Amino acid sequence: MWKSVHTGRVWKYGNDVNTDVIYPGKYTYSDLSPEEMAEHALEDLDPEFASNVQPGDIIVAGTNFGCGSSREQAVTCLKYAGVGVLIAKSFARIYFRNAINQGLPIVQCAAVEGVESGEEVAVDFSTGKVMTPRGDYSFPPLSSFVTGILEDGGLIPHVRRKLGIE
Amino acid sequence: MGQTFAQKMLAQKAGLREVEPGQIVTVRPDKLLTHDNTAAIAKIFREIGVEKVARPEISVIVLDHVVPAATEGHARNHQQIREFVREQGIASFYDVGEGICHQVLPEKGHALPGYLIVGSDSHTPTHGAFGAFAAGIGRTEAAAVMATGEIWLMVPHTFRMSVKGQLQKGVYAKDIILYIIGELGADGADYRAVEFTGPVLGEMTIASRMVLCNMVAEMGAKIGVAEPDDKTRAWLNGRSDAGFQEVFADPDASYERAIEYDVSGLVPQVAKPHTVDNVVPVTEVLGTRIDQAFIGTCTNGRLEDFRVAAQILGGGKIAPTTRLLILPASREVLLAAVVEGIITELITAGAVVLNPGCGPCLGAHQGVMAPGEVTISTANRNFKGRMGCKEAQVYLASPATVAASALAGEIVDPREFL
Repeated sequence: MWKSVHTGRVWKYGNDVNTDVIYPGKYTYSDLSPEEMAEHALEDLDPEFASNVQPGDIIVAGTNFGCGSSREQAVTCLKYAGVGVLIAKSFARIYFRNAINQGLPIVQCAAVEGVESGEEVAVDFSTGKVMTPRGDYSFPPLSSFVTGILEDGGLIPHVRRKLGIE
Repeated sequence: MGQTFAQKMLAQKAGLREVEPGQIVTVRPDKLLTHDNTAAIAKIFREIGVEKVARPEISVIVLDHVVPAATEGHARNHQQIREFVREQGIASFYDVGEGICHQVLPEKGHALPGYLIVGSDSHTPTHGAFGAFAAGIGRTEAAAVMATGEIWLMVPHTFRMSVKGQLQKGVYAKDIILYIIGELGADGADYRAVEFTGPVLGEMTIASRMVLCNMVAEMGAKIGVAEPDDKTRAWLNGRSDAGFQEVFADPDASYERAIEYDVSGLVPQVAKPHTVDNVVPVTEVLGTRIDQAFIGTCTNGRLEDFRVAAQILGGGKIAPTTRLLILPASREVLLAAVVEGIITELITAGAVVLNPGCGPCLGAHQGVMAPGEVTISTANRNFKGRMGCKEAQVYLASPATVAASALAGEIVDPREFL
Protein backbone atom coordinates (compact mmCIF):
# COMPACT_ATOMS: atom_id res chain seq x y z
CA MET A 1 0.00 0.00 0.00
CA TRP A 2 1.01 3.59 -0.54
CA LYS A 3 3.10 5.27 2.14
CA SER A 4 5.39 8.23 1.79
CA VAL A 5 8.50 6.71 3.40
CA HIS A 6 9.38 3.08 2.85
CA THR A 7 12.36 1.24 4.36
CA GLY A 8 13.34 -2.25 3.31
CA ARG A 9 16.01 -4.84 2.67
CA VAL A 10 17.54 -4.89 -0.81
CA TRP A 11 17.70 -7.53 -3.52
CA LYS A 12 20.15 -6.16 -6.09
CA TYR A 13 20.15 -7.10 -9.78
CA GLY A 14 21.82 -5.92 -12.99
CA ASN A 15 20.64 -4.47 -16.30
CA ASP A 16 17.96 -5.79 -18.69
CA VAL A 17 16.20 -8.08 -16.21
CA ASN A 18 13.52 -9.35 -18.59
CA THR A 19 9.98 -10.52 -17.92
CA ASP A 20 10.81 -14.12 -18.88
CA VAL A 21 13.29 -14.47 -16.02
CA ILE A 22 10.96 -12.62 -13.64
CA TYR A 23 8.00 -14.82 -14.53
CA PRO A 24 8.59 -17.61 -17.09
CA GLY A 25 6.27 -17.83 -20.10
CA LYS A 26 5.36 -21.42 -19.33
CA TYR A 27 3.24 -20.24 -16.37
CA THR A 28 1.76 -17.22 -18.13
CA TYR A 29 -1.40 -18.86 -19.40
CA SER A 30 -2.06 -21.00 -16.34
CA ASP A 31 -4.33 -19.59 -13.67
CA LEU A 32 -2.08 -19.70 -10.59
CA SER A 33 -2.97 -18.40 -7.14
CA PRO A 34 -1.07 -15.39 -5.75
CA GLU A 35 0.91 -17.71 -3.47
CA GLU A 36 1.88 -19.97 -6.38
CA MET A 37 2.82 -16.97 -8.50
CA ALA A 38 5.05 -15.68 -5.70
CA GLU A 39 6.82 -19.06 -5.60
CA HIS A 40 7.93 -18.61 -9.23
CA ALA A 41 9.03 -14.98 -8.88
CA LEU A 42 12.49 -14.43 -10.43
CA GLU A 43 12.79 -18.20 -10.83
CA ASP A 44 15.15 -18.11 -13.82
CA LEU A 45 17.30 -15.27 -12.45
CA ASP A 46 17.69 -15.87 -8.72
CA PRO A 47 16.45 -19.20 -7.32
CA GLU A 48 17.11 -17.89 -3.76
CA PHE A 49 14.65 -15.03 -4.08
CA ALA A 50 11.24 -16.68 -3.77
CA SER A 51 12.04 -18.70 -0.65
CA ASN A 52 13.83 -15.85 1.18
CA VAL A 53 11.99 -12.65 0.28
CA GLN A 54 10.35 -10.81 3.22
CA PRO A 55 7.36 -8.45 3.11
CA GLY A 56 8.55 -4.92 2.36
CA ASP A 57 11.80 -5.95 0.67
CA ILE A 58 12.99 -3.68 -2.12
CA ILE A 59 14.34 -4.67 -5.52
CA VAL A 60 17.12 -2.41 -6.78
CA ALA A 61 18.32 -2.90 -10.36
CA GLY A 62 20.11 -1.34 -13.29
CA THR A 63 18.68 -0.20 -16.60
CA ASN A 64 15.68 -1.50 -18.57
CA PHE A 65 14.14 -3.54 -15.75
CA GLY A 66 11.14 -5.56 -16.97
CA CYS A 67 11.96 -5.53 -20.67
CA GLY A 68 10.25 -8.03 -22.94
CA SER A 69 6.72 -9.33 -22.72
CA SER A 70 3.72 -7.28 -21.54
CA ARG A 71 2.84 -10.01 -19.03
CA GLU A 72 1.53 -8.35 -15.91
CA GLN A 73 2.43 -11.34 -13.75
CA ALA A 74 6.02 -10.08 -13.92
CA VAL A 75 4.77 -7.27 -11.67
CA THR A 76 2.13 -9.11 -9.67
CA CYS A 77 4.40 -12.06 -8.79
CA LEU A 78 6.77 -9.57 -7.10
CA LYS A 79 3.86 -7.79 -5.42
CA TYR A 80 2.50 -11.13 -4.14
CA ALA A 81 6.01 -12.06 -2.99
CA GLY A 82 5.84 -8.98 -0.76
CA VAL A 83 8.11 -6.57 -2.61
CA GLY A 84 7.33 -3.05 -1.37
CA VAL A 85 9.13 -0.84 -3.88
CA LEU A 86 10.90 -1.34 -7.19
CA ILE A 87 13.94 0.83 -7.87
CA ALA A 88 15.84 0.76 -11.15
CA LYS A 89 17.94 3.10 -13.25
CA SER A 90 15.21 2.72 -15.86
CA PHE A 91 12.20 0.53 -16.56
CA ALA A 92 10.81 -0.89 -19.77
CA ARG A 93 7.71 1.02 -20.80
CA ILE A 94 4.94 -1.55 -20.36
CA TYR A 95 6.50 -2.77 -17.11
CA PHE A 96 6.48 0.79 -15.77
CA ARG A 97 2.77 1.11 -16.66
CA ASN A 98 1.94 -2.31 -15.21
CA ALA A 99 3.64 -1.48 -11.90
CA ILE A 100 1.71 1.77 -11.53
CA ASN A 101 -1.54 0.10 -12.54
CA GLN A 102 -0.94 -2.59 -9.91
CA GLY A 103 -0.24 0.06 -7.28
CA LEU A 104 3.35 -1.10 -6.81
CA PRO A 105 5.49 2.00 -6.15
CA ILE A 106 8.24 2.41 -8.71
CA VAL A 107 11.28 4.66 -8.56
CA GLN A 108 13.75 5.57 -11.29
CA CYS A 109 17.20 6.42 -10.00
CA ALA A 110 20.77 5.11 -9.78
CA ALA A 111 20.51 3.72 -6.23
CA VAL A 112 21.93 0.44 -7.55
CA GLU A 113 25.34 2.15 -7.39
CA GLY A 114 25.10 2.72 -3.64
CA VAL A 115 23.82 -0.52 -2.24
CA GLU A 116 24.46 -4.25 -2.07
CA SER A 117 22.03 -7.13 -1.64
CA GLY A 118 20.98 -7.58 1.98
CA GLU A 119 21.58 -3.94 2.99
CA GLU A 120 18.76 -1.52 3.78
CA VAL A 121 17.58 1.51 1.86
CA ALA A 122 14.88 4.09 2.62
CA VAL A 123 12.70 5.64 -0.08
CA ASP A 124 11.12 9.02 0.66
CA PHE A 125 8.44 9.77 -1.90
CA SER A 126 7.70 13.21 -0.47
CA THR A 127 11.25 14.47 -1.05
CA GLY A 128 12.08 12.20 -4.00
CA LYS A 129 15.12 10.57 -2.39
CA VAL A 130 16.49 7.07 -1.95
CA MET A 131 18.89 6.86 0.99
CA THR A 132 21.50 4.12 0.63
CA PRO A 133 24.51 3.18 2.82
CA ARG A 134 26.74 4.99 0.33
CA GLY A 135 24.75 8.11 -0.42
CA ASP A 136 21.43 9.59 -1.40
CA TYR A 137 19.95 9.36 -4.89
CA SER A 138 17.26 11.74 -6.12
CA PHE A 139 14.44 10.77 -8.39
CA PRO A 140 11.98 12.93 -10.33
CA PRO A 141 8.53 13.04 -8.76
CA LEU A 142 5.84 11.03 -10.53
CA SER A 143 3.15 13.09 -12.25
CA SER A 144 0.08 13.87 -10.16
CA PHE A 145 -1.98 11.68 -12.50
CA VAL A 146 0.23 8.67 -11.81
CA THR A 147 0.48 9.43 -8.08
CA GLY A 148 -3.33 9.49 -8.06
CA ILE A 149 -3.44 5.90 -9.32
CA LEU A 150 -0.83 4.78 -6.75
CA GLU A 151 -2.68 6.54 -3.92
CA ASP A 152 -5.89 4.77 -4.88
CA GLY A 153 -3.98 1.46 -4.68
CA GLY A 154 -3.81 0.80 -8.42
CA LEU A 155 -5.83 1.25 -11.58
CA ILE A 156 -8.76 -0.98 -10.57
CA PRO A 157 -9.65 0.90 -7.38
CA HIS A 158 -8.89 4.12 -9.29
CA VAL A 159 -11.39 3.25 -12.03
CA ARG A 160 -13.96 2.09 -9.47
CA ARG A 161 -13.67 5.40 -7.68
CA LYS A 162 -13.99 7.31 -10.97
CA LEU A 163 -17.04 5.31 -12.01
CA GLY A 164 -18.57 5.78 -8.57
CA ILE A 165 -18.61 2.06 -7.73
CA GLU A 166 -18.30 1.36 -4.00
CA MET B 1 6.41 24.03 -34.58
CA GLY B 2 5.37 20.89 -36.46
CA GLN B 3 4.14 17.76 -34.76
CA THR B 4 5.42 14.20 -34.95
CA PHE B 5 3.12 11.32 -35.91
CA ALA B 6 2.73 10.39 -32.25
CA GLN B 7 1.88 13.96 -31.21
CA LYS B 8 -0.70 14.35 -33.99
CA MET B 9 -2.33 11.02 -33.26
CA LEU B 10 -2.57 11.49 -29.50
CA ALA B 11 -3.77 15.10 -29.81
CA GLN B 12 -6.49 13.99 -32.22
CA LYS B 13 -7.62 11.05 -30.08
CA ALA B 14 -7.58 13.15 -26.91
CA GLY B 15 -9.55 15.95 -28.58
CA LEU B 16 -6.71 18.46 -28.10
CA ARG B 17 -5.21 20.87 -30.61
CA GLU B 18 -1.65 19.79 -29.86
CA VAL B 19 0.30 17.85 -27.25
CA GLU B 20 3.92 17.80 -26.06
CA PRO B 21 6.21 14.85 -25.27
CA GLY B 22 5.88 13.88 -21.61
CA GLN B 23 2.27 15.06 -21.43
CA ILE B 24 -0.24 12.48 -20.15
CA VAL B 25 -3.47 12.34 -22.15
CA THR B 26 -6.63 10.31 -21.85
CA VAL B 27 -7.64 8.86 -25.21
CA ARG B 28 -10.38 6.73 -26.71
CA PRO B 29 -8.71 3.93 -28.70
CA ASP B 30 -10.19 2.71 -31.99
CA LYS B 31 -9.35 -0.93 -31.24
CA LEU B 32 -8.52 -2.99 -28.17
CA LEU B 33 -6.60 -6.17 -28.96
CA THR B 34 -6.54 -9.08 -26.50
CA HIS B 35 -5.71 -12.78 -26.97
CA ASP B 36 -5.49 -15.86 -24.74
CA ASN B 37 -5.09 -13.44 -21.84
CA THR B 38 -8.71 -12.30 -22.32
CA ALA B 39 -9.90 -14.72 -19.61
CA ALA B 40 -7.57 -13.10 -17.08
CA ILE B 41 -8.61 -9.65 -18.34
CA ALA B 42 -12.31 -10.57 -18.06
CA LYS B 43 -11.69 -11.61 -14.45
CA ILE B 44 -10.18 -8.20 -13.67
CA PHE B 45 -13.02 -6.53 -15.61
CA ARG B 46 -15.54 -8.26 -13.34
CA GLU B 47 -13.57 -7.16 -10.26
CA ILE B 48 -14.09 -3.57 -11.35
CA GLY B 49 -17.80 -4.23 -10.96
CA VAL B 50 -19.08 -3.09 -14.37
CA GLU B 51 -21.71 -5.32 -16.03
CA LYS B 52 -21.18 -4.53 -19.68
CA VAL B 53 -18.12 -3.71 -21.77
CA ALA B 54 -18.29 0.02 -22.51
CA ARG B 55 -17.44 -0.23 -26.23
CA PRO B 56 -17.71 -3.86 -27.40
CA GLU B 57 -17.29 -2.71 -31.01
CA ILE B 58 -13.62 -1.81 -30.43
CA SER B 59 -12.74 -5.17 -28.88
CA VAL B 60 -10.91 -7.68 -31.10
CA ILE B 61 -10.11 -11.03 -29.51
CA VAL B 62 -7.86 -13.61 -31.17
CA LEU B 63 -7.01 -17.00 -29.66
CA ASP B 64 -3.41 -17.58 -30.71
CA HIS B 65 -0.99 -18.12 -27.85
CA VAL B 66 -1.59 -21.77 -26.96
CA VAL B 67 -3.76 -23.14 -29.77
CA PRO B 68 -5.19 -25.72 -29.99
CA ALA B 69 -5.21 -25.99 -26.19
CA ALA B 70 -2.17 -27.89 -24.90
CA THR B 71 -3.68 -28.87 -21.53
CA GLU B 72 -7.03 -28.94 -19.81
CA GLY B 73 -6.07 -25.68 -18.12
CA HIS B 74 -5.53 -23.98 -21.47
CA ALA B 75 -8.82 -25.44 -22.74
CA ARG B 76 -10.69 -24.01 -19.75
CA ASN B 77 -9.04 -20.67 -20.42
CA HIS B 78 -10.30 -20.70 -24.02
CA GLN B 79 -13.74 -21.80 -22.83
CA GLN B 80 -13.98 -18.85 -20.44
CA ILE B 81 -13.04 -16.49 -23.28
CA ARG B 82 -15.74 -17.88 -25.58
CA GLU B 83 -18.29 -17.42 -22.78
CA PHE B 84 -17.15 -13.83 -22.21
CA VAL B 85 -17.39 -13.09 -25.95
CA ARG B 86 -21.01 -14.40 -26.06
CA GLU B 87 -22.01 -12.66 -22.84
CA GLN B 88 -20.62 -9.29 -23.97
CA GLY B 89 -21.72 -9.49 -27.61
CA ILE B 90 -18.19 -9.03 -28.96
CA ALA B 91 -18.44 -9.49 -32.73
CA SER B 92 -14.74 -9.51 -33.64
CA PHE B 93 -13.72 -12.85 -32.15
CA TYR B 94 -11.30 -15.17 -33.96
CA ASP B 95 -11.10 -18.68 -32.56
CA VAL B 96 -8.34 -21.32 -32.73
CA GLY B 97 -6.72 -21.61 -36.14
CA GLU B 98 -7.32 -18.13 -37.55
CA GLY B 99 -3.79 -17.04 -36.77
CA ILE B 100 -1.64 -14.71 -34.70
CA CYS B 101 -3.39 -11.55 -33.53
CA HIS B 102 -0.81 -9.28 -35.19
CA GLN B 103 -1.55 -10.90 -38.56
CA VAL B 104 -5.29 -11.41 -38.09
CA LEU B 105 -6.07 -7.80 -37.14
CA PRO B 106 -4.73 -6.34 -40.41
CA GLU B 107 -6.15 -9.18 -42.51
CA LYS B 108 -9.63 -8.65 -41.06
CA GLY B 109 -9.48 -4.90 -41.52
CA HIS B 110 -8.99 -3.90 -37.88
CA ALA B 111 -5.61 -2.20 -38.31
CA LEU B 112 -6.04 0.91 -40.45
CA PRO B 113 -4.05 4.10 -41.01
CA GLY B 114 -4.77 6.72 -38.37
CA TYR B 115 -6.19 4.17 -35.91
CA LEU B 116 -5.16 4.19 -32.28
CA ILE B 117 -4.78 0.54 -31.26
CA VAL B 118 -3.90 -0.69 -27.79
CA GLY B 119 -3.25 -4.36 -27.22
CA SER B 120 -2.42 -6.55 -24.25
CA ASP B 121 0.58 -7.91 -26.12
CA SER B 122 4.03 -6.40 -26.34
CA HIS B 123 4.24 -6.83 -30.13
CA THR B 124 1.20 -4.65 -30.77
CA PRO B 125 3.47 -2.03 -32.45
CA THR B 126 3.39 -4.37 -35.50
CA HIS B 127 0.25 -2.54 -36.67
CA GLY B 128 2.28 0.63 -37.12
CA ALA B 129 3.22 -0.88 -40.49
CA PHE B 130 -0.21 0.35 -41.63
CA GLY B 131 0.20 3.87 -40.28
CA ALA B 132 -1.61 3.13 -37.02
CA PHE B 133 -0.51 4.25 -33.56
CA ALA B 134 -0.34 0.83 -31.93
CA ALA B 135 1.02 0.29 -28.43
CA GLY B 136 1.25 -2.64 -26.05
CA ILE B 137 -0.46 -2.40 -22.66
CA GLY B 138 -0.91 -4.63 -19.61
CA ARG B 139 -3.85 -6.79 -18.60
CA THR B 140 -5.26 -4.55 -15.90
CA GLU B 141 -5.33 -1.55 -18.19
CA ALA B 142 -6.96 -3.66 -20.92
CA ALA B 143 -9.69 -4.45 -18.38
CA ALA B 144 -9.96 -0.75 -17.57
CA VAL B 145 -10.37 0.01 -21.31
CA MET B 146 -13.20 -2.53 -21.37
CA ALA B 147 -14.82 -0.80 -18.39
CA THR B 148 -14.34 2.82 -19.48
CA GLY B 149 -13.54 2.83 -23.22
CA GLU B 150 -10.48 5.01 -22.54
CA ILE B 151 -6.86 4.83 -21.39
CA TRP B 152 -4.05 7.11 -20.21
CA LEU B 153 -0.99 7.41 -22.44
CA MET B 154 2.15 9.47 -22.15
CA VAL B 155 3.08 11.36 -25.31
CA PRO B 156 6.42 9.87 -26.38
CA HIS B 157 9.51 11.52 -27.80
CA THR B 158 10.23 10.33 -31.33
CA PHE B 159 13.23 8.85 -33.12
CA ARG B 160 13.08 9.26 -36.90
CA MET B 161 14.96 6.44 -38.66
CA SER B 162 15.64 6.97 -42.33
CA VAL B 163 16.72 3.87 -44.24
CA LYS B 164 18.45 4.29 -47.59
CA GLY B 165 20.69 2.29 -49.91
CA GLN B 166 20.31 -0.98 -51.79
CA LEU B 167 19.78 -4.20 -49.84
CA GLN B 168 22.11 -6.97 -51.02
CA LYS B 169 20.75 -10.35 -52.07
CA GLY B 170 20.11 -12.48 -48.96
CA VAL B 171 19.61 -9.46 -46.70
CA TYR B 172 16.13 -8.54 -45.48
CA ALA B 173 14.07 -6.31 -43.19
CA LYS B 174 14.88 -8.70 -40.33
CA ASP B 175 18.59 -8.05 -40.79
CA ILE B 176 17.97 -4.28 -40.79
CA ILE B 177 16.02 -4.29 -37.55
CA LEU B 178 18.41 -6.72 -35.82
CA TYR B 179 21.28 -4.43 -36.80
CA ILE B 180 19.45 -1.35 -35.45
CA ILE B 181 18.61 -3.09 -32.15
CA GLY B 182 22.22 -4.25 -31.86
CA GLU B 183 23.38 -0.65 -32.31
CA LEU B 184 20.86 1.02 -29.99
CA GLY B 185 20.53 -1.70 -27.35
CA ALA B 186 17.54 -3.36 -25.69
CA ASP B 187 16.46 -0.06 -24.11
CA GLY B 188 17.81 2.20 -26.86
CA ALA B 189 14.34 3.49 -27.72
CA ASP B 190 12.64 3.05 -24.34
CA TYR B 191 9.26 4.81 -24.26
CA ARG B 192 9.98 6.40 -27.67
CA ALA B 193 8.00 6.39 -30.87
CA VAL B 194 10.00 5.27 -33.91
CA GLU B 195 9.08 6.69 -37.32
CA PHE B 196 10.57 4.64 -40.17
CA THR B 197 11.08 6.46 -43.42
CA GLY B 198 13.37 6.64 -46.44
CA PRO B 199 13.57 5.01 -49.88
CA VAL B 200 14.10 1.48 -48.55
CA LEU B 201 10.80 1.69 -46.66
CA GLY B 202 9.04 2.74 -49.85
CA GLU B 203 10.49 -0.24 -51.71
CA MET B 204 9.61 -2.67 -48.93
CA THR B 205 6.58 -4.95 -48.92
CA ILE B 206 3.96 -4.47 -46.22
CA ALA B 207 5.11 -7.77 -44.68
CA SER B 208 8.66 -6.40 -44.35
CA ARG B 209 7.42 -3.15 -42.80
CA MET B 210 5.60 -5.33 -40.27
CA VAL B 211 8.94 -6.96 -39.37
CA LEU B 212 10.46 -3.56 -38.55
CA CYS B 213 7.49 -2.31 -36.53
CA ASN B 214 7.08 -5.66 -34.74
CA MET B 215 10.60 -5.57 -33.40
CA VAL B 216 10.71 -1.97 -32.13
CA ALA B 217 9.41 -3.57 -28.92
CA GLU B 218 12.84 -5.20 -28.55
CA MET B 219 14.51 -1.81 -28.14
CA GLY B 220 11.84 -0.63 -25.72
CA ALA B 221 9.81 1.54 -28.10
CA LYS B 222 6.17 2.38 -27.47
CA ILE B 223 5.28 2.34 -31.16
CA GLY B 224 6.89 1.97 -34.58
CA VAL B 225 5.25 3.42 -37.64
CA ALA B 226 5.67 3.40 -41.41
CA GLU B 227 3.99 6.04 -43.57
CA PRO B 228 0.99 4.73 -45.51
CA ASP B 229 1.42 4.73 -49.30
CA ASP B 230 -0.09 3.07 -52.38
CA LYS B 231 1.18 -0.33 -51.19
CA THR B 232 -0.64 0.13 -47.89
CA ARG B 233 -3.86 1.14 -49.65
CA ALA B 234 -3.62 -1.79 -52.08
CA TRP B 235 -2.97 -4.26 -49.24
CA LEU B 236 -5.98 -2.98 -47.26
CA ASN B 237 -8.26 -2.79 -50.28
CA GLY B 238 -11.43 -4.82 -49.68
CA ARG B 239 -10.53 -5.72 -46.08
CA SER B 240 -12.67 -3.14 -44.29
CA ASP B 241 -15.73 -1.02 -44.90
CA ALA B 242 -14.64 1.49 -42.30
CA GLY B 243 -13.26 4.75 -43.59
CA PHE B 244 -9.90 5.95 -42.36
CA GLN B 245 -7.82 9.07 -42.35
CA GLU B 246 -4.08 8.80 -42.91
CA VAL B 247 -1.91 10.73 -40.47
CA PHE B 248 1.59 11.93 -41.34
CA ALA B 249 4.23 13.73 -39.30
CA ASP B 250 4.73 17.38 -40.20
CA PRO B 251 7.87 18.05 -42.26
CA ASP B 252 9.10 20.46 -39.56
CA ALA B 253 8.33 18.14 -36.63
CA SER B 254 10.87 18.10 -33.83
CA TYR B 255 12.69 14.80 -33.22
CA GLU B 256 14.71 13.73 -30.23
CA ARG B 257 17.00 11.88 -32.64
CA ALA B 258 17.15 11.56 -36.41
CA ILE B 259 19.23 8.58 -37.50
CA GLU B 260 20.14 7.61 -41.03
CA TYR B 261 21.03 4.06 -42.01
CA ASP B 262 22.63 3.13 -45.33
CA VAL B 263 21.94 -0.59 -45.68
CA SER B 264 23.93 -1.14 -48.90
CA GLY B 265 26.77 -2.85 -47.08
CA LEU B 266 24.63 -4.72 -44.56
CA VAL B 267 25.22 -8.48 -44.28
CA PRO B 268 22.85 -11.03 -42.70
CA GLN B 269 22.62 -10.48 -38.93
CA VAL B 270 22.13 -12.90 -36.03
CA ALA B 271 21.09 -12.18 -32.43
CA LYS B 272 22.97 -14.57 -30.14
CA PRO B 273 21.59 -15.90 -26.82
CA HIS B 274 20.21 -14.53 -24.52
CA THR B 275 19.34 -10.97 -25.51
CA VAL B 276 17.95 -9.52 -28.72
CA ASP B 277 20.59 -6.77 -28.81
CA ASN B 278 23.43 -9.33 -28.78
CA VAL B 279 23.72 -8.95 -32.54
CA VAL B 280 26.63 -9.99 -34.80
CA PRO B 281 27.08 -10.50 -38.53
CA VAL B 282 26.24 -14.10 -39.47
CA THR B 283 29.89 -14.59 -40.41
CA GLU B 284 30.82 -14.52 -36.71
CA VAL B 285 28.66 -17.51 -35.78
CA LEU B 286 29.17 -19.73 -38.83
CA GLY B 287 29.31 -23.42 -37.92
CA THR B 288 27.28 -23.14 -34.71
CA ARG B 289 25.51 -26.52 -34.41
CA ILE B 290 21.70 -26.35 -34.34
CA ASP B 291 19.10 -28.90 -33.23
CA GLN B 292 16.02 -27.02 -34.33
CA ALA B 293 15.17 -24.39 -36.93
CA PHE B 294 11.96 -22.43 -36.62
CA ILE B 295 10.35 -20.25 -39.32
CA GLY B 296 7.19 -18.39 -38.38
CA THR B 297 5.72 -16.07 -35.67
CA CYS B 298 4.31 -12.56 -35.79
CA THR B 299 7.73 -11.38 -36.91
CA ASN B 300 8.44 -13.65 -39.89
CA GLY B 301 5.54 -16.00 -40.57
CA ARG B 302 4.25 -14.48 -43.81
CA LEU B 303 4.11 -15.61 -47.41
CA GLU B 304 7.33 -13.87 -48.47
CA ASP B 305 9.13 -15.60 -45.59
CA PHE B 306 8.01 -19.08 -46.67
CA ARG B 307 8.72 -18.25 -50.31
CA VAL B 308 12.38 -17.59 -49.54
CA ALA B 309 12.49 -20.68 -47.32
CA ALA B 310 11.09 -22.82 -50.15
CA GLN B 311 13.53 -21.25 -52.59
CA ILE B 312 16.41 -22.38 -50.37
CA LEU B 313 14.99 -25.74 -49.22
CA GLY B 314 13.10 -26.76 -52.36
CA GLY B 315 14.46 -30.03 -53.79
CA GLY B 316 16.78 -30.51 -50.82
CA LYS B 317 16.60 -32.22 -47.44
CA ILE B 318 17.23 -30.69 -44.03
CA ALA B 319 20.19 -32.06 -42.08
CA PRO B 320 19.37 -35.39 -40.36
CA THR B 321 20.31 -33.90 -36.97
CA THR B 322 17.95 -30.94 -37.33
CA ARG B 323 14.18 -30.46 -36.89
CA LEU B 324 12.53 -27.73 -38.97
CA LEU B 325 9.28 -26.17 -37.72
CA ILE B 326 7.08 -24.06 -40.00
CA LEU B 327 4.47 -21.83 -38.38
CA PRO B 328 2.32 -19.69 -40.68
CA ALA B 329 1.09 -16.45 -39.10
CA SER B 330 -2.49 -17.01 -40.23
CA ARG B 331 -4.94 -19.23 -42.04
CA GLU B 332 -4.77 -16.81 -44.98
CA VAL B 333 -0.97 -17.13 -45.13
CA LEU B 334 -1.12 -20.93 -44.81
CA LEU B 335 -3.72 -21.23 -47.57
CA ALA B 336 -1.75 -18.98 -49.91
CA ALA B 337 1.39 -21.06 -49.20
CA VAL B 338 -0.53 -24.25 -49.95
CA VAL B 339 -1.88 -22.85 -53.22
CA GLU B 340 1.62 -21.76 -54.30
CA GLY B 341 3.01 -25.23 -53.61
CA ILE B 342 5.36 -23.86 -50.96
CA ILE B 343 4.03 -26.13 -48.22
CA THR B 344 4.56 -29.22 -50.39
CA GLU B 345 8.17 -28.19 -50.98
CA LEU B 346 8.82 -27.52 -47.30
CA ILE B 347 7.25 -30.77 -46.13
CA THR B 348 9.18 -32.71 -48.76
CA ALA B 349 12.37 -31.08 -47.50
CA GLY B 350 11.62 -32.47 -44.03
CA ALA B 351 9.68 -29.66 -42.32
CA VAL B 352 6.99 -30.11 -39.68
CA VAL B 353 4.12 -27.70 -40.44
CA LEU B 354 2.32 -26.38 -37.36
CA ASN B 355 -1.08 -24.72 -37.26
CA PRO B 356 -1.25 -20.90 -37.36
CA GLY B 357 -0.61 -19.45 -33.91
CA CYS B 358 2.23 -18.37 -31.63
CA GLY B 359 3.47 -21.96 -31.28
CA PRO B 360 6.95 -22.58 -29.91
CA CYS B 361 7.88 -18.88 -29.70
CA LEU B 362 6.87 -18.47 -26.05
CA GLY B 363 7.81 -21.93 -24.85
CA ALA B 364 4.36 -23.09 -23.76
CA HIS B 365 3.98 -25.98 -26.23
CA GLN B 366 5.02 -27.26 -29.68
CA GLY B 367 8.76 -27.52 -30.10
CA VAL B 368 9.81 -26.92 -26.50
CA MET B 369 13.55 -27.45 -26.18
CA ALA B 370 15.69 -29.75 -24.01
CA PRO B 371 18.72 -28.66 -21.95
CA GLY B 372 21.77 -28.02 -24.13
CA GLU B 373 19.76 -27.74 -27.35
CA VAL B 374 20.11 -24.89 -29.82
CA THR B 375 17.37 -23.35 -31.97
CA ILE B 376 17.76 -20.80 -34.74
CA SER B 377 14.49 -18.93 -35.06
CA THR B 378 12.83 -16.14 -37.01
CA ALA B 379 11.02 -14.96 -33.86
CA ASN B 380 11.65 -11.72 -32.01
CA ARG B 381 12.94 -12.93 -28.61
CA ASN B 382 15.76 -15.17 -27.48
CA PHE B 383 15.61 -14.65 -23.72
CA LYS B 384 16.82 -17.37 -21.41
CA GLY B 385 13.97 -19.86 -21.01
CA ARG B 386 11.98 -18.24 -23.81
CA MET B 387 11.41 -21.52 -25.64
CA GLY B 388 10.57 -23.41 -22.47
CA CYS B 389 14.03 -24.40 -21.19
CA LYS B 390 16.52 -22.11 -19.50
CA GLU B 391 19.46 -24.37 -20.36
CA ALA B 392 18.68 -24.09 -24.08
CA GLN B 393 19.93 -21.46 -26.54
CA VAL B 394 18.03 -19.42 -29.12
CA TYR B 395 19.59 -17.53 -32.04
CA LEU B 396 17.45 -15.08 -34.05
CA ALA B 397 17.80 -14.49 -37.78
CA SER B 398 15.97 -13.96 -41.06
CA PRO B 399 13.92 -16.75 -42.69
CA ALA B 400 16.67 -17.17 -45.31
CA THR B 401 19.36 -17.66 -42.67
CA VAL B 402 17.17 -20.08 -40.73
CA ALA B 403 16.21 -22.11 -43.82
CA ALA B 404 19.80 -22.37 -45.01
CA SER B 405 20.95 -23.34 -41.51
CA ALA B 406 18.30 -26.11 -41.42
CA LEU B 407 19.83 -27.58 -44.59
CA ALA B 408 23.34 -27.47 -43.16
CA GLY B 409 22.58 -28.46 -39.55
CA GLU B 410 24.62 -25.47 -38.43
CA ILE B 411 24.43 -21.71 -38.80
CA VAL B 412 25.43 -20.72 -42.34
CA ASP B 413 25.45 -17.61 -44.52
CA PRO B 414 22.24 -17.66 -46.60
CA ARG B 415 23.87 -15.73 -49.43
CA GLU B 416 25.61 -18.95 -50.46
CA PHE B 417 22.25 -20.69 -50.88
CA LEU B 418 20.42 -18.14 -53.06
